[in-house]
This record gives sequence, structure tokens and C-alpha cells, in this order.
Amino acid sequence: MKNRLAALVVGFIFAIGLGISGMTQPQKVVGFLDVFGKWDPSLIFVMVGGIIVHFVTYKLIRKRKSPLLHTSWHVPTKNEITPALVTGALLFGIGWGLGGFCPGPAVTSLASFELRPLLFVASMLAGMFLFRLLDKKMQIKK
Amino acid sequence: MHQDWINALFGGVIIGIAVSLMLLWNGRVTGISGIINGTLSPLKGDTGWRVLFIIGLLLGGLALKVLNPNIFSGNLETDTWTTVVAGLLVGFGTILGSGCTSGHGVCGISRMSVRSLVATIIFISAGVVAVVVFRRLGVFL
Repeated sequence: MKNRLAALVVGFIFAIGLGISGMTQPQKVVGFLDVFGKWDPSLIFVMVGGIIVHFVTYKLIRKRKSPLLHTSWHVPTKNEITPALVTGALLFGIGWGLGGFCPGPAVTSLASFELRPLLFVASMLAGMFLFRLLDKKMQIKK
Repeated sequence: MHQDWINALFGGVIIGIAVSLMLLWNGRVTGISGIINGTLSPLKGDTGWRVLFIIGLLLGGLALKVLNPNIFSGNLETDTWTTVVAGLLVGFGTILGSGCTSGHGVCGISRMSVRSLVATIIFISAGVVAVVVFRRLGVFL
């Protein structure tokens, strides 16, 4: 129960961070990617801020034997650069440039009660389902 | 301009705190595409926290809307199908590539994962190329 409430709190704080940073404004995101046009580099500082904080806290937190509200760690340990990783990142990047949304800001923007985020999130879920179908048939992630 | 940079950095720091709390409390990576994907095939005992995280995002979104509705301004002027295709690509691509901006871009790079660094360079580069091409094609109205 406690770890569920913890996830709720994390989601809330995360959304506030996204909103303040500018990530919930698709035009701004496209401006960030528009390096060869009217480039607005400000959003790079979202990653910079997040990484500076978490680079330090990650090391400190992982010194513990276990998390506070859970028995074990669930941190990915894979190292391989696979075709799935590369292709997936490529497709995601194209969609990000086309829609100006990545998953977190898209879900957070549902709270605006506008049509576009809703349409985007519904399509994103459909894309995830589509992946499942294809992966089941052809094991594309191998 | 300057205010934008400060906001971006400040927002990023808050995101860094959020993902740190997720690790400290639950021992997990805050990868939003993965969290959402996990709710689509519910496993016993592994769904509740995901759903509550998403509810947290939505509540945060509501708080933002109340505090400053401009936070959700700046929608793209593209036609409906563009949004659908974009969503499909993001959904499919993030699961095939095991992560998005949060999981690879913030959490992965922070723990110096080469996989995440490679994925982040690829998706940002792909986004840059996509914007150039789509602008030429007149996708952004």
C-alpha cells in the first residue's frame, strides 16, 4: 500500500516538474528539435537538471541494501545495443518530432481537457498494443 | 528567453527529485512508457503502483491547470491524422526501444547506462531530422 502511495506522490511531483519545464507545450518541444530552423535550446536544461540531481542521488541511494518501501531493486542491467533499441528509439524520435509529445507530458496534458492530448494518448496506447501483437507473432524485440 | 532556461532547469531538477524518490522508495526506474505499458497486461501485484503513478501525473496536471493554464498552451497546428500517427510511433517505438525521455534520457543516463545514452542520442537526432523533413513537407501548418 505504501509503495503505491509513493508512486502517486512521485507522479504528482513529476507532472509539476514537466509543467514548469515547458515540456507540456508541444510547440516548444518542436522548437527544441528545430536545430536547423528557429532553434529554442532551452529544453536541453530539463535533461541537464534531471541528470545532475539523479546522477548524485542514484549513487547515494544504491548504497542502501534495499529501497525503503520494497524488498529489492528493479533497475535494468542490460548492456547490449540491440537492433530493437536502435529502431525503437528512431521511431520514437520521429513521433516525438511529429507530435511534440513524449509519453509523460502527453498523459499530464490530459488534464487540459483538450482533444489533442487525448487523441495522442489513445494513439500511443494503440501503438503499444500493436507492438504486443507484432512481438507475439514475430518476436521483433529479440 | 532567459526565464525559459531557468524554468527548464528548475523543472528538470524537480523531475530529478521525483525519479530519485521513486528509486529510494520503490527501487524502480521512472520510465513512463514502461509504466504505462505495464498496465496493459496487468500482472498481479505489479499494477497498482503503475495506475497510481499515472493518477499522480493526472492530479499534477490538474494542479498545473488550476495554477497556470498557459502551461498547456502551444499545441501544434497539424491535422488530426498527424497526431494519430505521432502517437502510434511514440507508443510503438518506446516499447520496442525499451524507454522514452524519462527512462532513457533522465534515469538511464544518470546511472551511466550506455544503452540509454545511445537511445537518447538516436531519438533526439531522429526528432531533429523529423522536424526538418516535416517542416519541408508542410506538415506543421
